[in-house]
Amino acid sequence: MDFSVVADNFKFLILQGLIGIGPFIGGTLRLAIPAIILGFLLGIAVGLARLAQAAWIRVPATMYVEFFRGVPLVMVIFWIWFIIPQLLRLPIPEYGVALTAFVIFEAAYFGEIVRAGVQSVARGQVEAATALGMTATKTMAYVVLPQALKNMVPSLVTQMIVLFKDTSLASIIGYVDLTKAAQIVNNREIRPFELYLFIAVVYFLCTYSMSLLARRLERRTA
Amino acid sequence: MAETAIRFSGVNKWFGKLHVLREINLAIGAGEVVVVCGPSGSGKSTLIRTVNGLERVQGGDVVVLGESIARRGVNLPALRTRVGMVFQSFNLFPHMTALENIMLAPMKVKRVARPEAEKLARALLERVGLREKAANYPANLSGGQQQRVAIARALAMQPRIMLFDEPTSALDPEMINEVLDVMTSLAREGMTMMCVTHEMGFARRVAHRVVFMDEGQVVEEGTPDEFFRAPKSDRGKQFLSKILTH
Repeated sequence: MDFSVVADNFKFLILQGLIGIGPFIGGTLRLAIPAIILGFLLGIAVGLARLAQAAWIRVPATMYVEFFRGVPLVMVIFWIWFIIPQLLRLPIPEYGVALTAFVIFEAAYFGEIVRAGVQSVARGQVEAATALGMTATKTMAYVVLPQALKNMVPSLVTQMIVLFKDTSLASIIGYVDLTKAAQIVNNREIRPFELYLFIAVVYFLCTYSMSLLARRLERRTA
Repeated sequence: MAETAIRFSGVNKWFGKLHVLREINLAIGAGEVVVVCGPSGSGKSTLIRTVNGLERVQGGDVVVLGESIARRGVNLPALRTRVGMVFQSFNLFPHMTALENIMLAPMKVKRVARPEAEKLARALLERVGLREKAANYPANLSGGQQQRVAIARALAMQPRIMLFDEPTSALDPEMINEVLDVMTSLAREGMTMMCVTHEMGFARRVAHRVVFMDEGQVVEEGTPDEFFRAPKSDRGKQFLSKILTH
């Protein structure tokens, strides 16, 4: 084993692969962070729509969730990569494809977490707020969502970690994330064991710090 | 009787096939304290919940402070600000302190400024005897204390009517009186109150009128004296013999 291959290419792997600074369009964090934020925001909308009384809001949201939960993520990435540019007759860059795919795919999962979280809040809470004259929107914003978010933290963090690791799939359309960066180096140096072990450690350090952060957050809000 | 605060006329409601409210006709005057009692499943909680529209009626109407709740386009949130409600299970917001629980609705619904809302909330906590508990979260309050905060929270909207839905049923016996005391003083101040409760002592001492319900109907109504001494109906007699013998 010779880890000098990692040391020699450290800058490329971390700056280009993990962060996204370099000659190529890429970066695991540059994809994962906006995907988590936008996916969660869209997920809130999807989750609340799933709970709507009006069927014309609830039914499409349910179909959305069932559909994207039922197809592989790779498929969604391919569709956007191959089909959307043909339909719209304009090219979409790798970053746009990957981010779009992750946001719409993950929103289905986040939506289910949000729905379960909202449903975990006792009915009496809604009744108490309603009886005080609060509208449905205010009840949701000030009474239900703050409690629901707290209940959601463990599942949300799990889903964010899954999303973070899944960004490695963006490498299949040429997006230079951590996985693709290791591939590029490996094609030249043929040091698969050292390189893939190294990026595994980097992935783990990132996800483990997410876990730690979540644990602190849970303890503080408990 | 002075002006009418709540008037039920021909109220009907079904849960699926179950006819839970049958042709209810009842009027509650401003400043009146009415206790609704009856066996469980008699529809008394459902009845009280129609007053602020937590349950919609399917036949008839409830006119509350001159507003028909069955009318299409009725502004229920606006009406609810004038009708306070206290629940069996308190339903305090667990993520807020006692003070914040009381301040929330005045600030978010009536747009009262924070300092003013806080002043009002502290005064209300004082009134229910919980001045030192302002910073406590509900989890750190006893059941009786939680229910007193819940009463203060409802009063913060300065309602004209207060609804109590079995406010002491979830309490340990030693905490019941502290809640009843607050309710009694509220009644003495002239608040219009509709109370679903099994506290017959409270009904005797405080209520102007007792309404006895069974199987979705108002079986009889009268002054506490009339009802407790000589119930007119057989069902009323049966009910009283069950709850008063122990």
